[in-house]
Amino acid sequence: MSDCLKCKFCGEVATVHLTQIINNKIQKVDLCEHCAQQKGVSDPEGYSLAEMLVQSNAGLEAGEGQLQCSSCGCTTGDFRRTGRMGCADCYIAFEPLLEPILEDMHVGLRHTGKVPVHALKRQSHSAQLRNLKAALTRAVEEEAYEKAALYRDQIQALEENITEPVTNEKK
Amino acid sequence: MIEAIIDGKNAELTQGSKRTAPVVLSTRIRLARNLADIPFPQRANLSQRRDVLSDCVSRIRTIEGMESGNFIELEKLSDLEKQVLLERHLISKELIEGSKGCGVFINAEQTCSVMINEEDHLRIQFLKSGFNLKSLWKRINAFDDAIDEQLTLAYSQDLGYLTACPTNLGTGLRASVMMHLPGLVLTENMEKVTRAVGQLGITVRGHFGEGSDATGHIFQISNQQTLGECEVDILERLGSVLKSIIDQEINARFKYYEDRPARLLDQIGRAYGVVQNAYMLSSNEAMHLLSLLRLAVDFDFLPESRRAEVDRLFIECQPGHIQYEVKSDIAPELRDTARAAKLRAALSKLPPLSFDNSSESQ
Repeated sequence: MSDCLKCKFCGEVATVHLTQIINNKIQKVDLCEHCAQQKGVSDPEGYSLAEMLVQSNAGLEAGEGQLQCSSCGCTTGDFRRTGRMGCADCYIAFEPLLEPILEDMHVGLRHTGKVPVHALKRQSHSAQLRNLKAALTRAVEEEAYEKAALYRDQIQALEENITEPVTNEKK
Repeated sequence: MIEAIIDGKNAELTQGSKRTAPVVLSTRIRLARNLADIPFPQRANLSQRRDVLSDCVSRIRTIEGMESGNFIELEKLSDLEKQVLLERHLISKELIEGSKGCGVFINAEQTCSVMINEEDHLRIQFLKSGFNLKSLWKRINAFDDAIDEQLTLAYSQDLGYLTACPTNLGTGLRASVMMHLPGLVLTENMEKVTRAVGQLGITVRGHFGEGSDATGHIFQISNQQTLGECEVDILERLGSVLKSIIDQEINARFKYYEDRPARLLDQIGRAYGVVQNAYMLSSNEAMHLLSLLRLAVDFDFLPESRRAEVDRLFIECQPGHIQYEVKSDIAPELRDTARAAKLRAALSKLPPLSFDNSSESQ
């Protein structure tokens, strides 16, 4: 590195130097005046270095723009710019980027807390439904009508069983 | 639009302060939750956001204890009204700055507020005066169960509750406790404490005023990590750190009093004089004076029954509340006269300071 430290975001001469301790690791970031202000460093109320690390680390390992979420269209670039996921599926799409970020940020990498019983029940119900419907289509195609009738009854029973709402999506 | 909330006779923070204690003003827990299958608010389009908003509100209303709450669409509020709700911790800066299609549901006692389409679809917050992590967790956990029954939440077995920002991933839980720490500030130990708890993953933030200078000696202390630890462990860890901060604060107060009794009594005595006679008070100065009065109660120089009033004034002397009360957007200078008038009126009947109680108090 030359005499002047460069801003982590835009490469200008850095005049703001920030140190925070996260998980007993010292994290340092150098910023120019402009980026510091944009990132809200001057406003300690809403500021956390952890969040900014998300924005600067994301994409560095995997190369920018390589990944995209197929559900919401969010790209590595979007994630890097905002530090936010676009939707729940982004956690699958950006999984390769995630681990180092989470390591710096949290106590562990796996959730050990509360489990939403109903959400899980619905998740497994809708997975079962998907499988049964696929099986039904196959059976019909193969003209295996006895099998098809069986699947149809199972689907019906399952659908009656599901507690509303099955999904949040508006039809 | 928000009169009912401001004038509410049983609002937790401004009216329910019977349970207040030295050092801890209030406790809050929030849970970040998202609906499955819909992009997070920042990425959702307006019609999706509106769907989330109406869907969530109608379902929240059916939950026990929420029937008589208020739902407020942010678009329908004036800037001043938003400011007042912010000062009461019922909404966040992010919600105010958010785009269209967001709102907040507040229950009648103002102990629960659910922000909709903030950074996450749902930001559930429960709040109570005093130090109350355990009982608060019980309540918010039950509410969250009811939400799970009503709405399908975004959740993964490995990563837990999925949130827009990875910093909230897992439990989505942030607990924060508002603490009054004049002892640590006056003995110049606050920085040391901040650094020490920082290493334990606990964040300390100044609460009022701009910058890191904490006016009113009030700090907000909260957990930083949300993943890899279960809710009860997070709260226990935070709780034990907070208990040790309380001990250190009380020691610091006694030490300050022992080392420089005249200085402490003089500061409190002057604060007492100023609040009853000043004609102009900035927000910062008012917070500082109120902090010293609260300290006077803790030292038994003023009766215990006065603490609730002081705590209420901490909230009501903030700029938004002062303007809201005079029903206009007035210049800072006029605000300062209005604030001083409010304090004079509220505190004119304070009993005289009884410095003789000071021997072995608290």
